[in-house]
Amino acid sequence: MPEYETRVGMECHAELLTESKMFCGCRNEFGGEPNSRTCPVCLGLPGSLPVMNKKAVEHVVRTALALNCTISLHSIFHRKNYFYPDLPKGYQISQYGNTPIGTNGWLEIERADGTTKRIRITRVHLEEDTGKLIHSDGAGYSVVDYNRSGVPLMEIVTDFPPDIESAEEARLYAETLRSVLLYLQVSDGKMEQGSLRAEPNPSVRPVGSDTFGVKTELKNLNSFRSVQRGIEYEAKRQIEVIEGGGRVVQETRGWDDDKGVSFSQRSKEVEQEYRYFPEPDLIPLDFDVKWLDSLRESLPELPNEKKRRLAEQYGLPASDAAQLVLERETADFFEAAAKGAKDPKAIANWMLGDLARLANAESVPVHATQVTPGALAGMVGLIESGAITGKIAKSVLEEMVATGKTAAQVVEEKGLTVSGADEVAGIVANVVAANPDVVAKIKAGNDKSIGFLVGQVMKESKGRAKPDDVNRLLKDEIAKQ
Amino acid sequence: MDLHTLTAHELAEKIKSRDVSARAVTDAFLARIEAVDGDVKAFVTVTADRARETADAVDRRLAAGEEVGPLAGVPVALKDNLCTEGVETTCGSKILRGFVPPYNATVVDKLLGAGAVSLGKANMDEFAMGSSTENSALFTTRNPWDLSRVPGGSSGGSAAAVAAGEAPLALGSDTGGSIRQPAAFCGLVGVKPTYGRVSRYGLVAFASSLDQIGPFARNTRDAALLLSVIAGHDPCDSTSVPRPVPDYRAGLNGDVRGLRLGVPSQYFAEGIAPNVQAAVLQAVELLESLGAKVETVSLPYTEYVLPAYYILAPAEASSNLARYDGVRYGHRTTGARDHIGLFEKTRDEGFGAEVKQRIMIGTYALSHGYYDAFYLKAQQARTLIQRDFAACWQSGIDALVTPTAPSVAFGVGEKADDPLAMKLSDICTLSANMAGIPALSQCCGFSEDGLPIGLQLMGPAFSEETLLRIAHAYELATDWHTRRAPL
Ligand SMILES: [Zn+2]
Repeated sequence: MPEYETRVGMECHAELLTESKMFCGCRNEFGGEPNSRTCPVCLGLPGSLPVMNKKAVEHVVRTALALNCTISLHSIFHRKNYFYPDLPKGYQISQYGNTPIGTNGWLEIERADGTTKRIRITRVHLEEDTGKLIHSDGAGYSVVDYNRSGVPLMEIVTDFPPDIESAEEARLYAETLRSVLLYLQVSDGKMEQGSLRAEPNPSVRPVGSDTFGVKTELKNLNSFRSVQRGIEYEAKRQIEVIEGGGRVVQETRGWDDDKGVSFSQRSKEVEQEYRYFPEPDLIPLDFDVKWLDSLRESLPELPNEKKRRLAEQYGLPASDAAQLVLERETADFFEAAAKGAKDPKAIANWMLGDLARLANAESVPVHATQVTPGALAGMVGLIESGAITGKIAKSVLEEMVATGKTAAQVVEEKGLTVSGADEVAGIVANVVAANPDVVAKIKAGNDKSIGFLVGQVMKESKGRAKPDDVNRLLKDEIAKQ
Repeated sequence: MDLHTLTAHELAEKIKSRDVSARAVTDAFLARIEAVDGDVKAFVTVTADRARETADAVDRRLAAGEEVGPLAGVPVALKDNLCTEGVETTCGSKILRGFVPPYNATVVDKLLGAGAVSLGKANMDEFAMGSSTENSALFTTRNPWDLSRVPGGSSGGSAAAVAAGEAPLALGSDTGGSIRQPAAFCGLVGVKPTYGRVSRYGLVAFASSLDQIGPFARNTRDAALLLSVIAGHDPCDSTSVPRPVPDYRAGLNGDVRGLRLGVPSQYFAEGIAPNVQAAVLQAVELLESLGAKVETVSLPYTEYVLPAYYILAPAEASSNLARYDGVRYGHRTTGARDHIGLFEKTRDEGFGAEVKQRIMIGTYALSHGYYDAFYLKAQQARTLIQRDFAACWQSGIDALVTPTAPSVAFGVGEKADDPLAMKLSDICTLSANMAGIPALSQCCGFSEDGLPIGLQLMGPAFSEETLLRIAHAYELATDWHTRRAPL
């Protein structure tokens, strides 16, 4: 069997964060009573006309700029004609052909081994979302909810031939893209709600082949994990089809995350006839160069830049920096906590370790627990000053997450300050007196047995004794025997 | 006094001076509809109760000494492709039977804001596709000048209503001549404004880049008044132009001296009836005698107007009419097994033959592999047609004078089986839509058998004032516009 390689094209759709829908005044929100946010325009009633949402255009331009695209100074809209019950006008207003808002950009991804790669992007364009068809199982009819109809949607498509060469790279691309969208505040990036949709087009071919394999399009991937799993499954399936003497069918395949399998949804063998033509109800977008410059200048620091800066400025390992910048608020939290801290790396460790675990248990992002950046910095400060041990800090942090109190408050209330040397000396004396056999072993040269005595002292002090103190005092006490 | 014979201006003045009540005027027109519409069949829906309520409200305002709009108490008929909140809007199609819009077209709101009283909805060719109202799925409207003839189309109901004295004013829509040709057939003034002059919001779309709403009236002043009320930028229509609206009556000074009128040779060619040619050329002579300068001009791309139009208009229509699928409103078939079946059966039952034919032509023209040869080519032709006109205006021509239609009104059924002959009746009017320029039709004489003949004026974008001034000057020197249909 020849060795195969995978190539993945990616089409991503992001619903844009705007007050109103793309062509009407209805609110742009998720969910709600079916058809409660509709009007003649987004229901496509006879006589209604679209009016462009300027904020949606701005969001797409900013995204295209952040993705290093060329911006079309003159951009037009098209009608994509097809019949479906969730498409109230019988066409979707989209951008087709050579003048989408953004073309020829790229996004850099960083692999687990720290190497980076540019994924080329062919187009970034603006279109409208459709309604949602709700099937009543077995009742013989379907109903339609048009709340989503006309929600502004941005489409981001990677270039051909695809630069993405593995399922992992595809996941990294989707994750990095989501970060960029979150930094720009153009999308909430919620894959589970479908406001960010990734549709990979994987294909396989024998290594060395100069043509690309037939691709399939994967849908219903509602997490980054399912993006990776779906592509892995699909690549394996395609190889099996080819090795079995069959041919891969060009089609849309759904992903069943529970069963971990893809299934055929719709053939794409016959090219769909969308009869695109310029939308006569909208006037073209003509961008002012000065406006574009001002948008470019006002772009925030983007994840990749921030990652490099955090690593350098705070001396963080690249992998920690990469974790911290996934969401802008996380990075902001880190910087707020690390400002003036002696050991920023310790802050990052606590954030990515215990705090992340505790936040996860509450199903909130690491920056959204009751712990403020200042409180986390304060806790790390107490460790650095020797006021509490790292072990105590773990339970202090737990309490902080639960109550929103500062580390100092928790330590004060629970009496968790490190025991004084006198108190420890007393415990040490007691432990030594109570374990003459162990002391004898140590005196006979069995140094390892001291660990048992250390443990006993820590137990007696309820963890408040500093291990260094305990070791020194034990040695002194044993020497006295 | 027969109130229904008065002009809109006369009615507005009488109402404002409380010489007669708005209610009495509305009742008079409702009575006239009652008396003649059984023969004319101009109206699809008569909203008598609403009309009386609106008229009463005008009377109350006047009694209270409040300000009223320029059309206070003046009745108007609306083409049935203008959305009216709470009133069925059929577009002359079975597929929209029972569709009651939840909103008013912008022009309807503007009319109501000006105090006008809507009498109801006027018949039309289905989805404005046709030149005779014979394509209406409901019934055929008759020409008030001769009930055996068509009133023209597609705004035939609107034109017939005004010509029959069932309304002093009406609104129509014009995609390729649908206001001007029925105005010509019915002896009225009809204006197709510059594309973007009047909001299309609430006009059920036929061909979005060609459609415009415009007025019908029995004289120029009335048409100017109605145009002043409906024109203007609308934030709900991106293609409407933000440009101030003049009072179009202000320029009606009867003076055409020094204006340069072009007579395009291509519009006086084969296929134009001799009596029409003669009447139009006589009108040109009259205008010349009034001080206008007349010269022959050439619009060399005229021969491409019809073929290009019959690609672009159906292409846009095929997309605009995709929404009639039985899912949300209007006709829905019964017994479909799946959504494809629902679409196919609903559309098969709901659309008439002409509409189906145009949807098929348009679908074909937009299809992959044909787009370049048809749609794109037609767009290129459209650009050349626009340049023809631009060259005219550049050379100093203020307006062009042509026939509106190649003949007077033809008989009901005469061209119904000959789609090409039917489409040729739009040959003189299509170009203004293709170029996006304003055009106007007015009566310039009558045939031997007493049927009106139409003259068309076309001018540069936003030259409505000039066109109305020329038409008004012509009206002052003639009395064609004072003749009434023998009903
Ligand atoms: Zn809406």
